[in-house]
Amino acid sequence: MKHLLSTADLDAATATEILDIATEMASVSGREIKKLPTLRGRTVVNLFYEDSTRTRISFEAAAKRLSADVINFSAKGSSVEKGESLKDTAWTLQAMGADAVVIRHPASGAPHRLANWVTGSVLNAGDGTHEHPTQALLDAYTMRSRMGRIDGLHVAIVGDVLHSRVARSNVLLLNTLGAKVTLVGPPTLVPTDLNASVQVAYDLDAVLPQADVVMMLRVQRERMTDSYFPSAREYSRRYGLDGARLRRMPAHAIVMHPGPMNRGMEITPEVADSPRSTIVEQVTNGVSVRMACLYLLLGGAR
Amino acid sequence: MTQPPTSSPMTVRRTPVPDILIRNARVLGGEPTDLVLRDGVIAEIGQGLSADGAEVVDAAGLVALPGLVDLHTHLREPGREDAETVYTGSRAAALGGYTAVCAMANTSPVADTAGVVEQVYRLGQEAGLVDVQPIGAVTVGLAGERLAELGAMADSAARVRVFSDDGFCVADPRLMRRALEYVKAFDGVIAQHAEEPRLTQGAQMHEGDVSARLGLTGWPAVAEESIIARDVLLAGHVGARLHVCHVSTAGSVEIIRMAKARGVRVTAEVTPHHLLLTHEKAESYDPVYKVNPPLRTDADVEALREGLRDGTIDIVATDHAPHAAEDKECEWAYARPGMLGLETALPIVLDVLGEDWPLIAERMSYAPARIAGLDGHGNALVAGAPANLTLVDPTVRWSVDPTGLASLSHNTPYAGMTVPGRIVATFLRGVPTVLDGKVQK
Repeated sequence: MKHLLSTADLDAATATEILDIATEMASVSGREIKKLPTLRGRTVVNLFYEDSTRTRISFEAAAKRLSADVINFSAKGSSVEKGESLKDTAWTLQAMGADAVVIRHPASGAPHRLANWVTGSVLNAGDGTHEHPTQALLDAYTMRSRMGRIDGLHVAIVGDVLHSRVARSNVLLLNTLGAKVTLVGPPTLVPTDLNASVQVAYDLDAVLPQADVVMMLRVQRERMTDSYFPSAREYSRRYGLDGARLRRMPAHAIVMHPGPMNRGMEITPEVADSPRSTIVEQVTNGVSVRMACLYLLLGGAR
Repeated sequence: MTQPPTSSPMTVRRTPVPDILIRNARVLGGEPTDLVLRDGVIAEIGQGLSADGAEVVDAAGLVALPGLVDLHTHLREPGREDAETVYTGSRAAALGGYTAVCAMANTSPVADTAGVVEQVYRLGQEAGLVDVQPIGAVTVGLAGERLAELGAMADSAARVRVFSDDGFCVADPRLMRRALEYVKAFDGVIAQHAEEPRLTQGAQMHEGDVSARLGLTGWPAVAEESIIARDVLLAGHVGARLHVCHVSTAGSVEIIRMAKARGVRVTAEVTPHHLLLTHEKAESYDPVYKVNPPLRTDADVEALREGLRDGTIDIVATDHAPHAAEDKECEWAYARPGMLGLETALPIVLDVLGEDWPLIAERMSYAPARIAGLDGHGNALVAGAPANLTLVDPTVRWSVDPTGLASLSHNTPYAGMTVPGRIVATFLRGVPTVLDGKVQK
């Protein structure tokens, strides 16, 4: 595997291998000295065109725990603000000897373009409304560690699926790993032709009793001013996860959220902070999963 | 440039031009025949002709077509001379078999005054490779707010008859109605870029399963179809002519077919790329496939081909849209929409329609000349007609090389593709603009 651009590129064996490596990496994170020498002398560039503290820090921690040299390149206050193109930035990184570029970008497909212009590996850390593969992998890791399996699980993904890169990556990966996916949200925010193998539902209450995993997506308030739904309150009433809805879920079912949350919008504090919520675990698992991805891409497995 | 400032462009062509004797050309694919081009017209046509002192062009095996006419060309001058100029675009046109192109108005400054259209017209005359007929903007600055001085452009030396805000839709129904009505005074036509702007905000590609998967904002077919439906009703209501630019969906074809059956004076064009390519091309995220309207589905391509064959769609127009490298070598969402078209149009149409030469002549020469009101173009190749023609070798298949094209820009979606049909020669009023596949200026 050269790049990680989309979860569509992962077959079940490779995805499972990443999760297995992540399990080993997690044990490192539990040690007193949280460091492996695996990527010593390798350079990982975090190229972030969008502010995303949690993803950048997670990748930075992952690379550092593998002893890679990490360069953080933020578009703000950089040559990008002076009008440098992605291609020219790519050549600059190339000239500096980047072995891997972790890219977060507001334009869908930017990592695919970048992969044409650098010889190192490209990791998609979220591109526009397209994909966020490491988020889907860490979600799968979290499901597997909580539920013991992924195959056969029923996962409901709830909210703004249309604009969600998390949802797209999850749909593809969960499909590959044998889970059943139902997309839930107002029809304005759920594309019906995203993937033939997923189900679409508009009634959250009808779906909850059958779900093993309920993944809540962040809903941006600006969607409201663009008439995707009438008001934040109406959205919360119809698609927000509160205590009453949590109790409609099977006793074993878990609640996930990729963060950052809009408390009170798509999820109430009671649910977010309940023992059935995996939100903090997801952050922890993110580092292990990203270590596994870097390890695999940068030839650590060979 | 070559002319004294006081002389009219017509005098330039009075320089002595040798007669041309074309031997054994198959006019519209018929039996081999000879043509003598003299004083800008086809002087004689028949077998075994001779002409003293004439330059002889051996056209054995070549098909003679009337010079092609493009109703939809972006020449980028004035404003983006780094992407294309009237001269380089004229070279590309001649090499593509064209003798006339209609230059779209979305230049900088916009061609919304008599001054700008006359400038473009004059640049075309100076280049001298094809007749460059400027299209005037419908609204000032293409802003869609108030009418540009359409009459002044019509009365100018450029004699503008086609008006378009192409790149933008004349979305305001009242303004569109007024424009359709107003140009009746000088037999003008409004060429509409049909795109309801509220339905295409931020749109990047055809709305469908591919856009859903790629996370690119969709450009729904209904945004085109709803405007066409409205405009054919408006044109019918005020009894005006409407031309629909770059039709891209099956639904649009159906609406136009219905409007024609009801007697509405509507004509329509399709681009070569919409006849051949589909939205799956976006999967590469390579913006060379980004175009407006976007590439659509297989079903749309089929409907467009059928519409072109049965005459619902009157013409093929290139929407030749050169873009500088930096406007394409970037993220999809930041790239400008558009593709080169002039040098590959005939090969693509040949690929799509097959060697139906009379049909190709109708769709790429006669009909576009009629719509644009270009009397000197789009005439059958008979004695006495203006000597605007092109010679094509249909047996040659060639591979498209972006850097081998005459355009200043390289944004062809056909790079590496093998296409049929090579333009061997083109004549503008009897003067060779292309010979042996090489442009003469």
